Amino acid sequence: MTEATYTDGNAMAGPLAELFSVDVSAAATTCAGCGRRSHVAQLHVYASGPGAVARCPGCQDPVLRYVRTPAAAILDLRGTVSLVIPLAASGT
Amino acid sequence: MAIVTPGFRGRRSAAAERLPPGQYLAEDFPVLSAGPTPQVPLDGWTFTITTEAGQPHSWSWAELLALPRETPTVDIHCVTKWSKLDTTWEGVSLDTLLADVETSADFALVHSYGAYSTNLPLEDLLDGKAWIAFRYDGEDLAPEHGGPARLLVPHLYFWKSAKWVRGIQLLHEDEPGFWETLGYHEYGDPWREQRYAGD
Amino acid sequence: MALPWRVARLVARRDESATARTLVLHVDDWPGHLPGQHVDLRLTAEDGYSAQRSYSIASAADGDSLELTVQLLPTGEVSPFLVNDYAIGDPIELRGPIGGWFVWAPTDPRPVLLVGGGSGVVPLMAMLRTHRDIASRAPLRLVYSVRSPGDVVYVDELKPTEEVDVTLLYTRAAPPEWPRPAGRVTPVDLGPSDPRVRVYVCGPTGFVEAASRQLVALGYDERQIRTERFGPSGSQG
Repeated sequence: MTEATYTDGNAMAGPLAELFSVDVSAAATTCAGCGRRSHVAQLHVYASGPGAVARCPGCQDPVLRYVRTPAAAILDLRGTVSLVIPLAASGT
Repeated sequence: MAIVTPGFRGRRSAAAERLPPGQYLAEDFPVLSAGPTPQVPLDGWTFTITTEAGQPHSWSWAELLALPRETPTVDIHCVTKWSKLDTTWEGVSLDTLLADVETSADFALVHSYGAYSTNLPLEDLLDGKAWIAFRYDGEDLAPEHGGPARLLVPHLYFWKSAKWVRGIQLLHEDEPGFWETLGYHEYGDPWREQRYAGD
Repeated sequence: MALPWRVARLVARRDESATARTLVLHVDDWPGHLPGQHVDLRLTAEDGYSAQRSYSIASAADGDSLELTVQLLPTGEVSPFLVNDYAIGDPIELRGPIGGWFVWAPTDPRPVLLVGGGSGVVPLMAMLRTHRDIASRAPLRLVYSVRSPGDVVYVDELKPTEEVDVTLLYTRAAPPEWPRPAGRVTPVDLGPSDPRVRVYVCGPTGFVEAASRQLVALGYDERQIRTERFGPSGSQG
């Protein structure tokens, strides 16, 4: 039996904190493949060194893809219809 | 600017002269994946080379195993900075597979079960530089390392040695694969430290 | 920069078991943290080689101090250094606090079920310690799964109180005359269910998947279950 080799989107919260001024592990995604809604923390994350793929827990399609090179961070969002990030109400 | 953590050395042995710049010697064989290990039953497994004209050349598992095979011993280098020296493999050379394929294409896009892909110039698959490998270190290639069969192209960074290989598309123009679309280098020569686009 | 790398210093170490050590770190102007959050550590050798690992914060918020509990994995790259070699007074780079999902809000009055496998108990202990520090009246239950008695950490803090119920279960070897025979977590260990309960599950990925399936099948509300997967057991050392 092959042991599960993934973690989850909690593991991406640190790297993504370089790009977003708020925590995104609670952000909501909608899989562009199957429509399933997941919080980033619930995505199955396969980390491969400088690159990571966060997959839909249902259909396994990549929802987020992320690469950190010394000079840049690349975040590919084509696998999610949207990224909904909870923020404080404006004016507060 | 990172500070030094006194006393930390990591899992590394003393540096060897055969290591490309920035690489360290690994004692184990790290498993890195972009996704779950595909389950590929051997009776359904095929490997297909498709020419730029769309002409397919396919081999079943039995047909692949019936071809003349080689036992290369090679050094491998991962973009995550670990290297392994003198790794032993068994597989069919791409020279054998491409022998009867008529093509004038210059580029290859390699496809894996599980929707992974990677690209390289066709000439980097020829002249004894690449194999479809199905045995490693004297045993059948384990699924977490790309079994039943993977591409082995050791002169490039190991993300080009696509695990769970299922086919190669020959193209007139270079088309970036999975990691190349996200900023990895389009060629990936470890001796020129071509890890990322622009290196 | 939203989440800068800071320099932490080791001020104390504490054995939790034969193979686990708690590191007490001091970080100037630490902004505080919520129970469940983690930090990233970055270790750099003299020749520039570096490795990063994430560790859950084990302690309740306490000024400039935070604690991590590190499990030694003999084949690991980082844990042998942290458990055996990292010296008091020495610096280490740290980024955090990280995480907005796997977090227990101290003001949450709802009943809580914490389910931890192996080192998954660490962030749950931060929750339990916070609960105790603020004298929360929220009913809290911890189910802690370990292989054998030698693997238990936080031994002295696993005592049930009026608000806190603790179930310790062994998967490979139980102490003599332990009422529950050794074996993996089952629905019997996790029930009875209550859809009002907020659930946190943490540990190796296989454990989290199995426990989560059982919790949902028992009738816990899937939307109230939060999970944190540490990867294959024995990884990330």
